[in-house]
Amino acid sequence: MPRYPTPANAPPKVRVVTLRINGQDVSAREDETILSVAVDHGIRIPSLCYLEGLTAWGACRLCVVEVAGIPKLLPACSTVVTEGMVVETNSDKLKRYRRMILELLFAERNHVCSVCVSNGHCELQNLAAECGMDHVRVPYRNAPYEVDSSHDFFRVDHNRCVLCTRCVRVCDEIEGAHTWDVMGRGVECQVITDLHTPWGESESCTSCGKCVQVCPTGALVKKGTAAGEMEKLGDFLPYLTQMRGKQ
Amino acid sequence: MSATEKITLATAWLDGCSGCHMSFLDLDERLITLAELVDVVYSPIVDTKELPQQVDVGILEGAVSSEEDLAKARMFRERCKFLISLGDCAITGNVPSMRNMFDLDEVFDRAFVETVQAQPQRPTEGLPQLLQPVRPIHHVVPVDLVVQGCPPSADTIWYVLTELMAGRAPDPTQITRFGA
Ligand code: SF4
Ligand code: SF4
Ligand code: SF4
Repeated sequence: MPRYPTPANAPPKVRVVTLRINGQDVSAREDETILSVAVDHGIRIPSLCYLEGLTAWGACRLCVVEVAGIPKLLPACSTVVTEGMVVETNSDKLKRYRRMILELLFAERNHVCSVCVSNGHCELQNLAAECGMDHVRVPYRNAPYEVDSSHDFFRVDHNRCVLCTRCVRVCDEIEGAHTWDVMGRGVECQVITDLHTPWGESESCTSCGKCVQVCPTGALVKKGTAAGEMEKLGDFLPYLTQMRGKQ
Repeated sequence: MSATEKITLATAWLDGCSGCHMSFLDLDERLITLAELVDVVYSPIVDTKELPQQVDVGILEGAVSSEEDLAKARMFRERCKFLISLGDCAITGNVPSMRNMFDLDEVFDRAFVETVQAQPQRPTEGLPQLLQPVRPIHHVVPVDLVVQGCPPSADTIWYVLTELMAGRAPDPTQITRFGA
């Protein structure tokens, strides 16, 4: 379900629940997710595929939290709060898991930050720094992926893609073009334009650039950017959805 | 502190651009302070040709790309009580590891044939014995500390060295990152 901001004049139908996050009592609307409640209360939960304004996806697993009484870890972005819930967001176990997820992401494709167009402005790189992921213990796969520069303005470098599907969701849910989709499974999985045709030949793409702006890594970039030059407009999507909600 | 009590430090570069060592030299006047506390017993920036049998702190720059790199990494591990991987090439493979996507024939041809105008041909002797794939140092020997950055700043290096000399465990992740 898309979670667009509720207009200010909407009747308050939802109940309020109280729960505990990291020992702190917080109250929330019963339809909120753990992640949005945490954000509202200034509690940081690392996340990657989640982006405010787009459907929650729950793919990257970085936002996993521990909920008392539930043996498995739950993704905070797509778990709705309940009354009396006791949530832990930063235990040693969770830190270990987050670090391992990041190591696997860095080992799966190719992330040479020093020469990447997104160096210094990359959500994946920032997450590695935040979570103390300073070296990868598993072997690197060293598998080459395609770079598609056929679009007039943009480029997709699949070597840097983390399969968060933000591009797929923004193009579908916000732009309404649905140029992007996902193909293949496991290590063969990749995002594609139209029916896996070169992006430059896409008939559905409007060249709006939204996918480039929401891509957390150096996978979708503007052409003509050199190392470290690709900065994205992090705030444009929440703004866009808020404005649309008000119409 | 008498000269005999000085901490011994050894450094080497494997497959790197020497930038991490340049960053070390960027310590500038702090090098004088360092020289009072530390004996640099082996390094590209000093004359000694042999790594002593016992060294307190070893610093390696660069990835493991050749048999020579591998032998050096092993020797450093054997002889250094505390081994540091300095910089992204040492920690991730970084730029040198970008050749991992190609086979060695392609790599040699690129270097000696495709990009050379005068007498393009692969030399028959003196070629390094390249390994495939290029690996981070901690994938071939255990490492005690990694210091990220391409290159890590002089301030980062100073922080690490002074913390170690003070007997504390430095946590450079607070001040540096991949690609910094
Ligand atoms: S996409 Fe991000 S993490 Fe990957 S190489 Fe580029 S800057 Fe580094
Ligand atoms: S530029 Fe716009 S229309 Fe084209 S793929 Fe990206 S989001 Fe979709
Ligand atoms: S191209 Fe970017 S936005 Fe799309 S799935 Fe890959 S990392 Fe995510």
